[in-house]
Amino acid sequence: MGINRREFLKIAGVSVVAGLGGASAIDLLRRAPVEASQVSPNPKALTAKRWAMVVDTRKLTGADCKRMIEACHRIHNVPDIGTKQEVKWIWTEEYKHAFPDDMNKFVSDEVKHKPFLMLCNHCDQPACVRVCPTKATYKRADGIVMMDMHRCIGCRFCMAACPFGARSFNFGDPRPYVKEENPKYPTRMRGVVEKCTFCTERLAEGLMPACVEVSNGALVFGDLDDPNSEVRQVLRSNYSIRRKPNLGTQPCVYYIV
Amino acid sequence: MYDGGKIITGLVVFVGLVTFPLWSNVGKAAKKPDPKIDTPVIQQLAEKKCIEPKAFMQAEHMKILNDWRDSVVRDGNGIYVSSSGKSFNMSLQKECMNCHSNKKKFCDECHNYADVKPYCWTCHIEPKEKEKVAWASIEENS
Repeated sequence: MGINRREFLKIAGVSVVAGLGGASAIDLLRRAPVEASQVSPNPKALTAKRWAMVVDTRKLTGADCKRMIEACHRIHNVPDIGTKQEVKWIWTEEYKHAFPDDMNKFVSDEVKHKPFLMLCNHCDQPACVRVCPTKATYKRADGIVMMDMHRCIGCRFCMAACPFGARSFNFGDPRPYVKEENPKYPTRMRGVVEKCTFCTERLAEGLMPACVEVSNGALVFGDLDDPNSEVRQVLRSNYSIRRKPNLGTQPCVYYIV
Repeated sequence: MYDGGKIITGLVVFVGLVTFPLWSNVGKAAKKPDPKIDTPVIQQLAEKKCIEPKAFMQAEHMKILNDWRDSVVRDGNGIYVSSSGKSFNMSLQKECMNCHSNKKKFCDECHNYADVKPYCWTCHIEPKEKEKVAWASIEENS
């Protein structure tokens, strides 16, 4: 009547083996196809060991600066808020504010009143990266100080750390202040910090940064590590200055005055 | 039992209130989501295939998007080579929504049903849908 212990153990043993084998067989068959897929950089992408920019202020007028600011802010959906809560990636500043370390009492009238183009300096020793608690801002291998908006928690430590005022905070939803949305680039949301990214999205597609493209040669962009690059040639043949060099952040935006 | 009448009445009221969500929704099954892929771009495709097989995309699209955003933003890898060997731009706005331009019927249909609220669209710009134009013309006619 019924089964004895010996038969029960046999059936149980066979069931366990079949169950384990069957489960692993199903796993093998259902292997996710994504494992076979791969990612790679765009072959057209511009690459460098150390991206840097040279601003030839001798060639720049107020109208030129306005054109570059307009191009950058339009492409990157930067809101035009117009109050103290302004958001800016690239902007102009007077000499005394741009280079406050220069203590000379008398400077030439031209330099004194000229607008200087300001943007994130993409420092070699970026203070903002050191203080970011979530690594939302980080330095890429090619020297660009990048923002990962997905990670930013809006603590604004980076804004306090940056000595150049290159960072802006979104106090509110920026969407209503974006006049013409560029559908190829995201906007930001309320409560994140944003800044210039040296147009990483354009470099990845083989394009120069937007401001460089519309600068008519007044901005030079290239590899600081390559002695034959255009930036190095321009720096070799012209005297240049950088903003607040005594702070030791090693800015990578050079100004020819 | 003291105050039996009150206790039993109270229990009946209590059970009734607690089960309110159940009996108030009897017979009112939520409509099964019906996502659409009939956008103009997809209809013009010779081979109507997404980057990976449909079943895989249904189950894993959120993981793919998560992988993509890290890959693009943090590693600078912008090209995805799928299991079929084709290359795709890793971009929500430029690649996914180029074909799936009907966010309301493609994304929201299931997300609303499952009550998931992905926060893609707080930053990423959703495609302009023609429905808005239809609404405008309705308002003009009325």
